[in-house]
Amino acid sequence: MSTLTIDKAGPTRKLGSMSRDRAWALRWSYVFLVLFAIFFLTPPVYMLITSLKSSAEISAATNPWWVFHPTLSNYVELLTSNQFLRFFWNSSIISIVVVIVTMLISIPAAFALARMKFWGSATLATGVFLTYLIPDSLLFIPLFKMLAVIQEFTGVTLLNRWYVLVFIYPTLTVPFCTWIMIGYFASIPKELDEAAIIDGASWLQTLLRIFIPVALPGLIAATIFAFTVSWAQFLYPLVFTTSIDQLVLPVGITTTLIKGDVFNWGQIMTGALLGAAPPLVIYAFLMDYYIAGLTAGATKG
Amino acid sequence: MADVVAEQGRRVSSARPRKATSLRNMLGRKSTVAFLLTLPLILLIALLVLYPAFYSLYLATLNKAMTKFVGLGNFTFLFKRETFWMVVKQSCIFAITAVVFKALIGFIVAHFVHNIPGKKQRKWRGMLLVPWVIPPAMSTLAWLWLFDPSYSAFNYTLSFFGVGPIPWLGDTFWARFSVILVNVWYGAPFFLIMYLAALKSVPDQLYEAAAIDGANWWQKMWYVTLPMMRNIIAITTLFSLIVTFANFDIVRILTSGGPLDTTHLFATWAFQVGIQSSDIPLGACVSLFMVPILAVAAVFILRDVSKRGNEA
Repeated sequence: MSTLTIDKAGPTRKLGSMSRDRAWALRWSYVFLVLFAIFFLTPPVYMLITSLKSSAEISAATNPWWVFHPTLSNYVELLTSNQFLRFFWNSSIISIVVVIVTMLISIPAAFALARMKFWGSATLATGVFLTYLIPDSLLFIPLFKMLAVIQEFTGVTLLNRWYVLVFIYPTLTVPFCTWIMIGYFASIPKELDEAAIIDGASWLQTLLRIFIPVALPGLIAATIFAFTVSWAQFLYPLVFTTSIDQLVLPVGITTTLIKGDVFNWGQIMTGALLGAAPPLVIYAFLMDYYIAGLTAGATKG
Repeated sequence: MADVVAEQGRRVSSARPRKATSLRNMLGRKSTVAFLLTLPLILLIALLVLYPAFYSLYLATLNKAMTKFVGLGNFTFLFKRETFWMVVKQSCIFAITAVVFKALIGFIVAHFVHNIPGKKQRKWRGMLLVPWVIPPAMSTLAWLWLFDPSYSAFNYTLSFFGVGPIPWLGDTFWARFSVILVNVWYGAPFFLIMYLAALKSVPDQLYEAAAIDGANWWQKMWYVTLPMMRNIIAITTLFSLIVTFANFDIVRILTSGGPLDTTHLFATWAFQVGIQSSDIPLGACVSLFMVPILAVAAVFILRDVSKRGNEA
């Protein structure tokens, strides 16, 4: 509103009409944003609505968009069932380990690629980016067969073990994290690390004392990204794990709560909501880092 | 190695033990350090991405029991199957339609959000990005429930407008519509955030200059906004094309390829053939058909990325 009054004080008539245009543009923006927000938020809201209903209310022919007799029974049932807690635990431990592994691999690599020009460094940086473009749906069959072959030759059980996923997920997270870390490291002024090297710091000290603290926002963005990707991964665990105690959350909910044609929608929606909760909570607090990470991948060369 | 030896020779007379010095020299050398720092990355890419990719090529040339080399037999077998051509068609319809709508919605919503004054923008941005944050397997379950044939919330709502129950996932047209809708819902926020970042990077002076020259809204859009955003639009679209083309979660949960295999994409069909029917070579073969599309998109993206790298 303040811009409106300022513009009205403007000298010419032309400016006045412009400000009126702007006010209308703003009003229309809000109208359409509300419509799009409804479209974008309907499924998560509906998840929440359904999760608060009893099975009787779900199958009753009442208005599905409202909860008449809210109950927490779905939450109680899920959170006291061993299965669900097992899935949640598997997902959490895998995601946390994957984040650590990803950081251990991508930070040193990004440092080397951003600062130490060496033979093949440009090719490797491009290669990292290309790897990021290779989807999981291209690699799941050969990886499945590879695990089976290794299992055959060494006798070590790899298929149907959740911890194998810890080795596979970094193929999804490391390329992107390395890529955005290269961007962040490259934006650090050269004088900083040159001064450190002149003062006698080793490469490792330069990395730990200068690059990591200065590029912390980028690091947080990469961490969130790695966590979200490993938490959401569906294809690899679906292919590589089958026993109930080895499943992760997305696969666990879709395979155990749906029995044949019987859908226990109250519990499925509760499970889905609880499964969506960790990324949503992280995002609620660290949205700006998450967005920075998303955009850094494509906007930083 | 040669200069390490030379250095060793020069330092023979020094008091320090020879071996330790040369080791430290080697560790101190930039290229060695750089190599060691990138080694885990190289190993990861080589063993878990490149090797499987080529292994997939090898697998695709075996017979079902994986005992005999059949050359291009699997490929010729696929070419003769009607389902294969349906998958090709559906993958293209799915990817192109979904990407076009995601880009359009992302572009439009980004402008609306950009119009909102500073402080409130953050709140709207936060709300509109939610679909991108929820794991797709989870949100697709919510869509599955919204599409449910008997208790569908959508059909319930539509009945108030006198529109009969729609068989969302039971009919070929509606099933295709539904998987695309869910993909657009999931992917549009990504475009939104990219375009918003691009919009913010357009300097205000350009619009002021255009306004002084008497440009109307369309002219500003066409001659200022679009040229400034061209790079990001191209890169985001190509990147999304790859991801959409290779999509698995949404179709798998929503329709599992049905009705009658009409919504299968390469990924979901490869899963059904390769894992569920345990014909690994044929499955590998199916998923390999994604490679040409991915390669073309990758070449374009790479050209764009390196061009920008040179400008910087």
